Amino acid sequence: MKRIDLAIGIGGAAGQGIATPGDILARIFVRRGLHVNAYNAYQSIIRGGHIFLTLRTSDQPVLSYGDKLDVLLPLNQDTMNRHLRLMRAGSAVLFNSDTIKPGAAAEGVQLCPFSVKALAPTIRGDLVQNTIALAAVLRLIKVEFEILEEIVTLQFRRKGAAAVAENVGVARAGYDHAAAHFTALPFSLPDPAKPLAFFEGNQALAMGGAASGVRFYCAYPMSPSSGVLHWMARHARQLGIMVRQVEDEIGVINMAIGAAHTGCRAMCATSGGGFALMSEALGAAAMMEIPVVCINVQRAGPATGVPTKTEQGDLWQVLGAGQGDYPRIIVAPTSIVDCFKIVPQLFNLVDKFQCPGIILSDLLLSEGRSSIDPAELEFNVPIDRGDVIGLNGHATPVNGNYKRYLITESGISARAVAGTPGHVHVVATDEHDEDGVLISDEFTDPHKRQAMHEKRMRKMDGVLPLLPPPALFGAADARVTLLGWGSTEGVIREAIGQLADAGISANNLQIKWLVPLHADAILSILSACAKVIIVENNYSGQFARYLRSETGFAADGHIRKYDGEPFMPHHIVEGVNAILAGSTKLYVPVHEIQV
Amino acid sequence: MAIVDTAATVRGPAKPKVTVKDLKGKVDPDWCPGCGDFGVLAALKQAMAELGLQPHEVLTISGIGCSSNLPGYLNTYGMHTLHGRAVAVATGAQLANHELKIVATGGDGDGYGIGGNHFVHAMRRNVDLTYIVMNNQVYGLTTGQLSPTSVKGMQTKSTPFGSVENPINPIPLAIAAGATYVARGFTGQQKHLVELIKGGLEHKGFALIDAFSPCVTYNHDNTNEFFKQRTRKLEEMGHDPTNFQAAMQQGCQWGEVIPIGLFWKREDLPTLDQLEPVLSDGGPLAHRPLGVAPEIAQALINELM
Repeated sequence: MKRIDLAIGIGGAAGQGIATPGDILARIFVRRGLHVNAYNAYQSIIRGGHIFLTLRTSDQPVLSYGDKLDVLLPLNQDTMNRHLRLMRAGSAVLFNSDTIKPGAAAEGVQLCPFSVKALAPTIRGDLVQNTIALAAVLRLIKVEFEILEEIVTLQFRRKGAAAVAENVGVARAGYDHAAAHFTALPFSLPDPAKPLAFFEGNQALAMGGAASGVRFYCAYPMSPSSGVLHWMARHARQLGIMVRQVEDEIGVINMAIGAAHTGCRAMCATSGGGFALMSEALGAAAMMEIPVVCINVQRAGPATGVPTKTEQGDLWQVLGAGQGDYPRIIVAPTSIVDCFKIVPQLFNLVDKFQCPGIILSDLLLSEGRSSIDPAELEFNVPIDRGDVIGLNGHATPVNGNYKRYLITESGISARAVAGTPGHVHVVATDEHDEDGVLISDEFTDPHKRQAMHEKRMRKMDGVLPLLPPPALFGAADARVTLLGWGSTEGVIREAIGQLADAGISANNLQIKWLVPLHADAILSILSACAKVIIVENNYSGQFARYLRSETGFAADGHIRKYDGEPFMPHHIVEGVNAILAGSTKLYVPVHEIQV
Repeated sequence: MAIVDTAATVRGPAKPKVTVKDLKGKVDPDWCPGCGDFGVLAALKQAMAELGLQPHEVLTISGIGCSSNLPGYLNTYGMHTLHGRAVAVATGAQLANHELKIVATGGDGDGYGIGGNHFVHAMRRNVDLTYIVMNNQVYGLTTGQLSPTSVKGMQTKSTPFGSVENPINPIPLAIAAGATYVARGFTGQQKHLVELIKGGLEHKGFALIDAFSPCVTYNHDNTNEFFKQRTRKLEEMGHDPTNFQAAMQQGCQWGEVIPIGLFWKREDLPTLDQLEPVLSDGGPLAHRPLGVAPEIAQALINELM
């Protein structure tokens, strides 16, 4: 059972410095071994707008950003106006009374005003408000002042001793003000325990690439995928990774393919729009049989869509990307730590099967942040480069008999990397023979075409047995099965806990490996379930339609959300209740907070 | 910074001699009889043989079009990629293994049309590759439509009443964009073309060789005879390829006299791979061992604590 479950919301305009107090709070929590999950709702704007960070901490793993706030820190009037009405009894709202008026709060909500002018008469600038607010919050949750003093000292060290003293003084004033005037919350930091790490999904994906041995990474900036590029660029020299920002996404994927053909592990990331530009080249990678990994961090579409909001709307795009049939492996990580772990697994598969691999993340995972036990970040991962010749720059010549696309039972042919002596060959995006010679323009050679097409597609038969089949989480005889894919695992599992509290037993089947799909295993599990409800973050039920096409299985109900914000646990609980009551088969929650 | 002189390496004494015959591909070209592309292929093989480039040391990368079939007719490593993407693929390959000799080939539509964005950016980056564009001023494989280098007024299937658009002039474009070796050849001047390609292969940096390669089937305006009458060698005109203004001026000439030869060359600019600290030691990325050293892995984790 959770002994601690505290959510803090910090809101303001872009440029008001919300990230810093958020980071400081997260660091304080994870250093004491508390788990943290953070989600930042923001817009495509550099200054202004409304940014709202939800930071939730617990002594148990935090599966979602939750349903409620215990502390609200509005840094401007707008945030107060938007969020105060959602605060419930027992919560506290801290605000600068010089500039912000609270309005009507619900019964039992503690309003905690502080005057920046009174507490920090000598310091100019807007950011002092954040220092005082942070100090007051820390007092409210009974964090010792010494911890804050250390952080403020570090923060202002570069500005000199006088600035440090001044800001520590202000923090002290805010802290003492809170002690004198506000009632502390029933929360206290646990005793020091094993500290946890804290990272965002894009960092996890990039680090997963590094662990895989990626030597070539390129990208064109696109929210919400740019975090991968930023991490890669920052660590390129330390890790010996070629990192390039390229003219467009068509260039990105083609450069990655060129690099991969010489033997590098090559990776790139984008969002749906950039992925659309890459489509043709993904087919080219499959046709030339060159392994490459492409990450699509989904955001709300279509077109430019809602660039800073999440969605699971690109499933059919990745399923059908590019012309023709070709082998591809598609995986949707189910948590932030999974973003780290699936990358080396996918690289081993694409190297073995010499085809493109696609990681389908989304804004919720990629820009969401989570605590993680550092022991789980294992960089020493198994590496399997598959049937490859000449990686060390040397290989035994084969007297001109080398056939790059030798037809085999598995469909896999030995891949000689460019530059290898004795294995000279041409790879082509045109249909070709076993030795790489084009047959696309040959006078009627349907048999060769058929044989080569089957050779490539046959590789997929070998992939499926290497993928773990999905398994039910929770009791097999539950009244409801919540079926999800990718990023919704955490929130679904939290909803299951809430449903159990309300006397409804539910379990979860979460699909991670999308292509190839364990269709038989999934169908056999679902056929034994009492009532199946598919939960997904899109309008048309993209996974529901995919599942139906692969298995013939039609679910009993659907919970879908496509307003740009991720599910909160209670959305799913309410959806289950509505579907169980028979009032609807499709439940679409209304997101409460106007962000 | 380690500068790998590929040309010097491959001319080392231990290398076996390479003949034009050694560079013959698995199949013969299926170009139309009389196509200029035969001349480019012959000149490229001749240039490679004269420089002693071993087949496995060269990666020839093309896009799509008649001329982009070239890698299949050449005995080097080859990639026959997508329409317009040769230069992007070539950039990735060059950075991943900077010891390979990278040659990109294709046509005017492939390079200056659909691939225009990659073309311009590869030049500004001064990627170390040799790009040979077989320029026939028409789309051949799609049976005769306007190309980016078709002259104004040209009648094609897509411009039956004559084109109203101005063509791209690749020579000043390449000089302005940052290419460090800019030349134009003509398949009717084989020896000259061989020298231009050799110069490009030996050049450290982005080398463009735009080769007039007349289409005998779909372009009846810019024919072999047309170029025979008009082309004049810059080398015989006293042109100084280190003079920027003169290079731009000669590049803009199109009329009774069309200059061919080396317009522009500079050797003072480092290439992209030379500028990249990741390549400064350790050899080609493609052959480096995978994995992250435990102390680096720990440092990466510590950043998150």
